[in-house]
Formats: sequence, structure tokens, C-alpha cells
Amino acid sequence: MSDSKFDILIVGVGGQGVLLASEIISQVAMDAGLDIKKSEVHGMSQRGGVVSSHVKIAEKVYSPVINHGQADVMISFEQAEGLRAADWLKKDGLAVVSRTRLVPAIVTSSKDFSYPDDPISDLQKKVKRMIPVDADSIALELGNPRLVNTILLGVLSNYTPFGKDQWIEAIKKRVKPKFVDINLTALDRGRKITLETAGAAE
Amino acid sequence: MKELLSGNEAIARGTWEAGVKMAVGYPGTPSTEILETVVAKFPDLYAQWSPNEKVAFEVGIGASLGGARTLVTMKHVGLNVAADPYMTFSYTGVGGGFVVISADDPEMHSSQNEQDNRIFARFAKTPFLDPSDSQESKDMLLTAFDISEQFDTPVMLHMTTRISHSKGIVELGEQQKPEQTKFVKNPAKYVMVPGHARGRHAVVEERRAKLADYSEQTPLNVVENNGSEIGIITGGISYHYTKEVVPDFDYLKIGFGWPLPLKKIAEFVKNHKRVIVIEELEPFYEDQIKAAGIKVEGKQYFGVCGELSPARVAKGLVDAGLLSKAPPVAFEPEALFPRPPVLCPGCPHRAPFMALKKLKVAVAGDIGCYTLGALQPLNAMDTCICMGASIGTAIGMEKVDGSEKGTVAVIGDSTFFHSGITGLVDAVYNSSNVTVMILDNSATAMTGGQQHPATGTTLMGKPAPAIDIEALCKGLGITNFRKVDPYDYQATHTAIKEEINKKGPSVIVTNRPCVLMPKRIMDEPYAVILEECTGCAACFKISCPAIAASDELNERGRPKAVIDPTQCTGCSVCAQICKPEAIVLQSQLVKA
Repeated sequence: MSDSKFDILIVGVGGQGVLLASEIISQVAMDAGLDIKKSEVHGMSQRGGVVSSHVKIAEKVYSPVINHGQADVMISFEQAEGLRAADWLKKDGLAVVSRTRLVPAIVTSSKDFSYPDDPISDLQKKVKRMIPVDADSIALELGNPRLVNTILLGVLSNYTPFGKDQWIEAIKKRVKPKFVDINLTALDRGRKITLETAGAAE
Repeated sequence: MKELLSGNEAIARGTWEAGVKMAVGYPGTPSTEILETVVAKFPDLYAQWSPNEKVAFEVGIGASLGGARTLVTMKHVGLNVAADPYMTFSYTGVGGGFVVISADDPEMHSSQNEQDNRIFARFAKTPFLDPSDSQESKDMLLTAFDISEQFDTPVMLHMTTRISHSKGIVELGEQQKPEQTKFVKNPAKYVMVPGHARGRHAVVEERRAKLADYSEQTPLNVVENNGSEIGIITGGISYHYTKEVVPDFDYLKIGFGWPLPLKKIAEFVKNHKRVIVIEELEPFYEDQIKAAGIKVEGKQYFGVCGELSPARVAKGLVDAGLLSKAPPVAFEPEALFPRPPVLCPGCPHRAPFMALKKLKVAVAGDIGCYTLGALQPLNAMDTCICMGASIGTAIGMEKVDGSEKGTVAVIGDSTFFHSGITGLVDAVYNSSNVTVMILDNSATAMTGGQQHPATGTTLMGKPAPAIDIEALCKGLGITNFRKVDPYDYQATHTAIKEEINKKGPSVIVTNRPCVLMPKRIMDEPYAVILEECTGCAACFKISCPAIAASDELNERGRPKAVIDPTQCTGCSVCAQICKPEAIVLQSQLVKA
């Protein structure tokens, strides 16, 4: 394992845009001349199930799958999924978690399961470096619910070895031209959200 | 030029670089994106979906014998369907180079079993190559075509989900222009009647010996010396998982997996204190190495079920006493609610399963999105075996049941064309009382909405005759035939109830398109009148992701329902089953 290694786990629910987020991160790393592998599973899991994408960046990457408990960053598009994925993080790893709350039908229709009352504070008790993000409200404010993706990437961008310009270039390459400007605004909004502004103790 | 490509995209690129003239397959996770990428990026190349893997393989045989380089793609269980031509094509050998992609699914991310198709390659006595990442997927595909032509054999490229769906950086190459020959009549080679086939079997055995020599020489089987006393024999994705954990051990990386380079392996084992074989699923290499009298260890530390991972490899090496401890895990996993895949909002399969649940009949199921009808809270499908199995299974159940009531088979449109038609022929021929429901959503939906013989378009986007399911069924002799709108719950319920009580086979076709593909369907959403909602939870039990529990509670403290207007497609099924009539179109809610 190389010292430059940077492992990012992105989780969410099918249809939330997890895969596009990991594409943009991969583009940034590739443009920076680093080795990159990413892994995800398609098919049945897309139908409202849990979706996860592993992104591994280093001078030389072997496994496309993150070693359990070694992720440097975990990004979650949904609160409870963030809690579920916390065990992938290394001890001083960073969690970026959208406050989005998606309660599946299996919970509403059955007495056997329940959705945790407050997954965000459960996570805060566990993971020291944790940034909750009001990604849905910011996206709505910017006029497009699909921007949650880029807002979370903006938050992440403060904690990667890559500069702002590199993120901008990657977004220009991966996003349709007419949506580039609004995505750059979303990136900026995300970049303003840090451990300090989110009120978490570093 | 470098690009970030998935294993499947790298194979599509390799297909173009190899100068392939025919790329053919049937969709199946994790193989589907290969042909989709071929048509998206290399429109000059001819590619097609066939109705099933057997036909695809046979189309491939014809193209190869016609002198063209040919790629055939399928998932692991697809090769079961294509096994018949595969076993004998091994005897005849090829014309133009022939490579079959077997995309295996260890861990069963989207499959009904996790069979290890390396065994199939050996069974058919054909070589297989085992890439470990995207770059190798492309490089080995090119080598596979050369091997196929040099040794006159079909070659398998063994992919797994983690190779197919992981992306890595790939160095692109130029396109080769292989010379295309014409088909040359040669009955002793291509007409496999007993007299000819006996001769060909001997040729296959000679070929095996030549391939074994090749396996010893090829750089695809490579030793990496790091000066360690411990040697690892591995291939495919397991190579990278192991390198992640113990990069400094010595490695014998197997890229050419059958026949194994047993001399090279014996030499490698002789030079090391201990040698561990690390491979996913079956002890395929380990058993053959041990059978050759060479001492190695392996599966006792790693197990046979499920996919490996760096963590599992580390644990196995700890158990073997070769690693002091696995990397620490800081946070305990949480025991949370499950989040299984579900039918989409507006999915036309929902109401048929609600009706089947209510009717309490035995339902033989099949492979597709509708398999989700078996899961909570619908619980309305009782078997799922393989593509096309529903009809035969329902006939068998019905024949031994003895009651007057028929059984039900549920099958999708693409699966019906894949291998349901022969089941229906059986139902007619043997006068079964089975009721076959063809859930026709005009797409191969589970794999991403691919075209099929009744969609009216081909893989390459060209118009095609759409096969008429009704005419087909009636032509087979089905007299109890009806179509029903699956958005009409009561009509669907009535149709099933009537048909299961009829003598002889019945077919019910539900005819609403998939809400996602090829076109996203979004009609006016429904909404809940909270004052009218009693919190009875009937709508929760239809498992629609657009329906959630609201913060408002009824007098017994149970939540009332709320509908997410961004997800609701306006299918109206929940409104039809809402007894207090609390679910109305959003525009009517505003008026109220």
C-alpha cells in the first residue's frame, strides 16, 4: 500500500446519483496523474436498494475494493446509510453525510424493522470527524434536486489532495454543458461546508 | 492514449481493436454493458442481441466458421443455456477467432447461483484466460483471439463482477485488420456425426497437449520474485486483493488458466517454503495442482462461498499463520433495517402480484425485475430457478397437485422469448391447467431496458419486426388468451381468478411498458387527503417507494400515509385499493 493512498467510499440508495459522483472523483484523480480504480455493483441492487461505490486513488492501486475499515472518507447520500457504512472508515476517517432521510417500504409496512430516530447524532457519537450536510435544502435553493451530488463533492474537495481548479475541470468534462454553471455553483456551496463551519470538533 | 474504463468497456474496446466482425449475446448482469458499449462507441461493428445465449452462441459459431473474428457475451448462467453448442464447437474448432465471455457473479450480486465457470472451460476442453483488471481484460481479449486461431479452438475469457464493473486506467491500442476468410466446406471437421466426432475428439486431446506446452511458455503465467519464502498462486481479481494485503510475497500469477502450467507450478513450489493458492469460489487450481502431486494449501483458509476481498484474504492469511494480524477495524458494524431492492414506483408488475397474493395460489416465478415480487411485503412468488423455468415448474406442480385449481407461472416478455415458449408448447401438448402470466413491459428491464424480439428495435437501434405475443400464443393452440391492464387492479384480479379455474392452459398478458425504459413515464402524481386517511397501512403493503409514513398519526398512534410527488408516476393502483378513498390526484387535492 502506497503512502499516497486515498480511499473514498460513496453510499446511497439506487437512483440517487452515487455513480456519477464517483465518476467525477475518478476523473479528478486521473487528470492529476494518479492511479485510480473504482468498483461498484449494478443490476438488482439499483432497484431502490443500497448502492455503494469504492474509489481508490494511489501511486499504484491493486484492489478496486477498499479494505474494510481503511476508507479515508465516506460520503453518504442518506443518513441511515451513512451509519450503516461507518465501519468501512478508518479510525480518523472523515464522514460527509447528507441529512436526506429515505425510509424504505419494508420499514413502513412491517413491525419487524425500524428506522433509527437520529442517525446523524448516532454517527457523531461514533465518528469524530463528521460533517452533516443539508444537501437537499441547498439543492432546492439552487433550483435542482439533482445537485446534491455536486454539493457533497464540494464538501469532499476540501479534504482531498486536489485543488479547486482540478475539480472544476473534472466537472466540465463529466457534466452536460448546459448544467456546468449550476454545478460549479453547487461545488462552491459545498466547499463552504467544513468540519469547522458544520460545528464539529476536529 | 489512456482512458478510465470498466472491464466491460475495455472488452468493448478490445473487440474493436481485434477487428471483430460479429459481437453477439444476451443481456445478463454483469456482462450487459459489453455489447451496449460496442454499439455506442463503435457503430461500424455489427452487434446483436439474440433471444437467448444458445442462439447467440450458435450465431457466433456461424460467423466464426464464415471466417470472421467473433465475440459472444453472456453471464455465467447464460453459458448453461449455451452449453450444448459450446461442448461440441470445441470439437469442430473455429474459422475466424472465437471468444466467449463468461461473466461470473461471485457473491450473487444479481444472480441465482454463483457457479464457477472456469470449470466449464475445462469441461469443454477449451482454454480460458483470467484477467485481473480492465487493462488485462482488453489485452487478454486480443491474446485470446490469437490463441483461438493458432490452436483452432474457442477460448473463454473469464470475467467476474468485480472485473466487469470496476474501472481502471487502460492504454488504448490501434485496430487490427485480420484477414477474413470464407467458409470452406469440410464435413469431417464441421459435421459432428459419430464417425466424424470420434476423429475430432482425438484432435481435441492433441490440442490439449499443445495448449499445456503453451501454458508453460506464455507470459500470461508469470512469476513475480520478491525474495520471499512464501509463494502465492492466484489469478483474476484475487491477485489484486492479495497484492493489497501482502505485496512482498512471491507470486505465480495465472492468466492462462487451463491447462495449468504444472511444470512451472512444481518449480515455483520447490523454490518456496510454503505455497498458498488464493482463488475465488471453487478450488479449481488447487485441486488440479494437488492431483498432480504438488503440495499446496488454499481453500482451508479462504472458503468456497461468496466473493473474496482484501479483508477476507487478510483473515485467511492470519489463519494460515502467514500474517500476524488483519488490519484493525475501528468501528463496529451497525445492526440496521435491511434495504432490499423493490419494484419501482409505478411498476406495472405491482398489481399482478397484489392480486396473486390475495388469491393464495402457487406461483412459479422466473428471472427479471418481477422476481422482486417474491420479497417482502408482496411475498407473491414461490419459486425462482432459472430463465424460463416458471412454466415447466408450474406444469409439474399442477400435474401432481390433484386439485381442480390451476397453478400460475409468471414470466417477463424477454424471458418468455428467451426460453418460455417451449414451456408453453409443453402446456398445450400435455393439456396442463396452468395459467401463464406474461408480464409484458416491452423491455429487458432488470438489466437496463435492452431490446428484444418484441420491442420493434435491434441492439443497433434499427427498426425490427415486433413479434406478436398474442398471435404466437394462439398459433401454439392457446385458446384461453386475454390481455389485461395491470394498472387496473380489479380487472387483473378477476382475470387471474377466472383463468385459474378454467380447464387447459391459459395465457394472461399484462401490457403496460416499464416506467423507466425506454421512456420515463411520469403522469400526474397522486396525493393523500390526510383527514380521510385512517392509517390502515394497506397502501404500505403494496411496497411502493413513493408511499411513506407521514408524521400524522391515527387514533391508535399508527402513521398515516404520504406520497412523494417527485417519485409517484400516477399509476393509480394505491388509490384503487384505498378503502376510505383518501388517495386522489394531486389536482383534486388542491380543489378539496
